[in-house]
Amino acid sequence: MIDRPTSSFTDLLGSLGLEPTWNFPEAGRAVDVPVATTVLALRFTDGVVMVGDRQATEGHLVAHRHIRKVFEADRFSAVAISGTAGIAIDLVRLFQTELEHYEKLEDTRLSLEGKATYLGRMVRQQLSLVFQGLVVVPLFAGYDEGEGVGRLYTFDVVGGRYEEREYGATGSGSRDAKAYLRSAFAADLDEGAALELGVRALVSAAEVDTATGGPDLARGILPNVVTVTERGFEEIDEERVHELAAAALDAIR
Amino acid sequence: MSLPFYVPPEQLVKDRAEFARKGIARGRAIVAIEYDQGILVLAENPSDTLHKISEIYDRVAFAGVGKFNEFESLRVAGTRHADLRGYLYSRSDVNAKSLANAFSQTLGNIFTHEVKPYEVEILVAELGLNGDPNHLYRVTYDGTLSDERYVCAIGGQAEALDESLRGSSFSPQPLAATVRRAAGAFTQVLDRDVDGWEAAVLDATERRRTFRRLSEPDVTAALS
Repeated sequence: MIDRPTSSFTDLLGSLGLEPTWNFPEAGRAVDVPVATTVLALRFTDGVVMVGDRQATEGHLVAHRHIRKVFEADRFSAVAISGTAGIAIDLVRLFQTELEHYEKLEDTRLSLEGKATYLGRMVRQQLSLVFQGLVVVPLFAGYDEGEGVGRLYTFDVVGGRYEEREYGATGSGSRDAKAYLRSAFAADLDEGAALELGVRALVSAAEVDTATGGPDLARGILPNVVTVTERGFEEIDEERVHELAAAALDAIR
Repeated sequence: MSLPFYVPPEQLVKDRAEFARKGIARGRAIVAIEYDQGILVLAENPSDTLHKISEIYDRVAFAGVGKFNEFESLRVAGTRHADLRGYLYSRSDVNAKSLANAFSQTLGNIFTHEVKPYEVEILVAELGLNGDPNHLYRVTYDGTLSDERYVCAIGGQAEALDESLRGSSFSPQPLAATVRRAAGAFTQVLDRDVDGWEAAVLDATERRRTFRRLSEPDVTAALS
């Protein structure tokens, strides 16, 4: 119980042989597992907004209508996922625990860039899965406490980490979401305008991409919308998201 | 052939206990006391960076007196224990009782098997969920584990502090009043000016991670 520890939770899991691993037979064939689709994030004057739809697909089928893809990573950052849902959700849980573990042991939070770098490393460790068709690509955004600005990072399957100045998206509907964001993004958006734009971009992606689940007001299926600012991570309440989604559906149609 | 000197076990335990007690008596006291919205942990600590009170998990706080490196290694072990449990099972499966038990086992083993016992005393506080009672555990240098209600003090003059705070009846008060009350007990028992405060709360109004440090100005504001 009291050997010399490191501040890494993953190292701790590794030392106990509990690190999450996936082994496949050589002749293994890709399997159909739920895939999480579109998530996006954009910067505004006081921080970042992150939006994710709620659908997971399995081939042509809808596997889940209510899954969550946008998570609180720690008090000042948010992480969203696209790709193989089971692996991605586990990756987020490990990432959250890692950040909290470091913060408690070192009595200080990792810098935003440090968190992004670590997440990139976690994605790279999944590389062998990519060849099995099990791809995980996260999106990471947060409030840089040192600089006092919001920042966001996109990733690729090999763990490459790219800081985006304006917006980023990942998942099956990301092309359409980015197309919408490109046409409407401005550098001086306030929080209200950024929330509006984020939800509209998601709705726009859902119009074109069948895998992306748009808001379904009748059944109360609403996107997850969060902000990270000086006040920290905040989830926008359902009532407000309902308004935003209704307005976006009107505007896009 | 020479035989090692025979030392009766009573004597061995007595010597070790005395050694550990001497070390702890030099350590400055820490108290945990319940208030109407959570648990306050208050310590005398001249340093701003070397903390005696720390977060272990969502609703669990840790405090240690005695040798810094010894209770620090226990704190790190406790954090690893808690994070591991929370990750493998669920966040709600982390509780103070299992942690206090682990500390008790570790300290008990060290007391009997190691060359020198740890000169520490540990306090583990847990905020009850949805109005459940709070838990305060105290683990001493030999692994003795005790469970306290409302008030728990560790370190030098712990008993006097405990008595002074508990009084004849205890009812939880607002935070500022509780800080005043606890700080008042310190000055009364120590009979001198206190050399810097370290304070933290487990705040029942928080959503998930309830541990929060109170800054020096927060404490001074409550005291004035």
